[in-house]
Amino acid sequence: MTELQPIILSLELAAVTTAVLFVAAIPLAYLLAENNFKLKPVVSAVISMPLVLPPSVIGFYLLVAFSPAHFFGGIIEKAFNIRLVFSFQGLVLSSVIYSLPFMVNPIQAGLESLPHSIKEASYTLGKSKFKTLLKVLLPNIKPSLLTGIVLSFAHTIGEFGIVLMIGGNIPGKTRVASLAIYDEVESLNYHSANIYALTLFVLTFLILLTVYFINGKYLKAGRL
Amino acid sequence: MISLELYKILKTSEGDLPLDISFQINDGEFITIEGHSGAGKTTVLRLIAGLVKPERGRLVVNGMEWLDTGKNFYLPPQKRNVGFVFQEYSLFPNMTVYENIRYALNGKSGLSQVEEAMEIMELEQLKDRYPLNLSGGQKQRAALARAIVRKPEILLLDEPLSALDSEMRTRLQDYILKVHRLLKLTTIMVSHDISEIFKMSDRVIRLDKGKIINEGAAQEVFHKKYISGKFKFTGDVLDVEKDDVVFIVSVLIGNNIVKVIASREEAEELRTGDKVMIVSKAFNPLIIKI
Repeated sequence: MTELQPIILSLELAAVTTAVLFVAAIPLAYLLAENNFKLKPVVSAVISMPLVLPPSVIGFYLLVAFSPAHFFGGIIEKAFNIRLVFSFQGLVLSSVIYSLPFMVNPIQAGLESLPHSIKEASYTLGKSKFKTLLKVLLPNIKPSLLTGIVLSFAHTIGEFGIVLMIGGNIPGKTRVASLAIYDEVESLNYHSANIYALTLFVLTFLILLTVYFINGKYLKAGRL
Repeated sequence: MISLELYKILKTSEGDLPLDISFQINDGEFITIEGHSGAGKTTVLRLIAGLVKPERGRLVVNGMEWLDTGKNFYLPPQKRNVGFVFQEYSLFPNMTVYENIRYALNGKSGLSQVEEAMEIMELEQLKDRYPLNLSGGQKQRAALARAIVRKPEILLLDEPLSALDSEMRTRLQDYILKVHRLLKLTTIMVSHDISEIFKMSDRVIRLDKGKIINEGAAQEVFHKKYISGKFKFTGDVLDVEKDDVVFIVSVLIGNNIVKVIASREEAEELRTGDKVMIVSKAFNPLIIKI
């Protein structure tokens, strides 16, 4: 039986993850773009690890870490009364970690591509680092921000391994579209699987198309 | 009155170079810092603006301390009221000319200053344009307007005209002089264009390898090296042609083509593309191969 639920859940997860990532990634990308500290290669390597590691590896370690029997999961459960394993909150946190490089890397690259002197011009006009970031740096890397948002969104929709390991495929709670497709195929419901798959297919295509269209327009207008 | 004493190690391609300078600037004075590239000219401006920190030094502006490494005191650039014009304009691409200038102010106060700065720089027609749609000269006018709108205690100009053609340069020099005259801003400009230095500055500070080697009015500073009884220019031979008994050599000097008469012996040595020096002594120009 085809339901709308898994698609909506996928979109919800992607939207929340992207929102959290956007807020978290900007300071992180700014820190990496502005500073040259000793541990920078280590931080960069950790952020980029989800790009190369199989999702099952990250999923496994997150599952262990999130478990209430372990330190991190135990603290979260005691302090906030949230169980991260097999819950939507757990899915969001693991998606944030898994999609981090897709948000941080484009924003960092965008910030690094801006000439130093526009930042310095803002400082000599008496503006703080925060105001400079908000009013000068970020508005001038809109294409990078858009790329980060869209890549994170699309990547979260496309997740499979991690959501399976952390979420456990609970209908209405953690059963997102990518898992639903797998389920339907396993029970030989090719028609349902096709509907989910096609929806994701069209959705992702439309999202990416919009991005390239908007970014192309920016480039043509030449403002950025 | 500004007095400074600064020491900073510069990282150059030929190793570490200590920048070690001290001088004083009177109110409303127009000072030019001149020197070869890599002599540390730009760094002096950046040190004054607080964009870089020196190893040792002291900087007092109109009785207020901006820097004293002895007391471990350093005022960040945001707290120093300077106007800085960068070589590459550095306008904010996401803002119009008006918004760029307006950005320098806090809150809603001082809108009349924005109008005034735009009027001095004749930017009214361009106020709604984005930097991308401005010519080099227009961008630099906007950058100047932005730098003066807060009435800075010191205006720092880092080779502001070096990317412009000579006609634009002359016009912009007039704008800078106008600002200096109207607002009586203490100004430090980095330049290595000698005619510009003569035209603009009250005083020149010559910098070489991080040290001040000469200081004074432009005429005094450049007298020994550049002013002599003869003039000489270097250029490239474009063409050598025979005209009856003499030869006419066309030489490209800067953007000018100069025709010089040469004897047969002189002309035989010259080929198109040769580098030559044209010297005039006692009214007869000589042409010498170099």
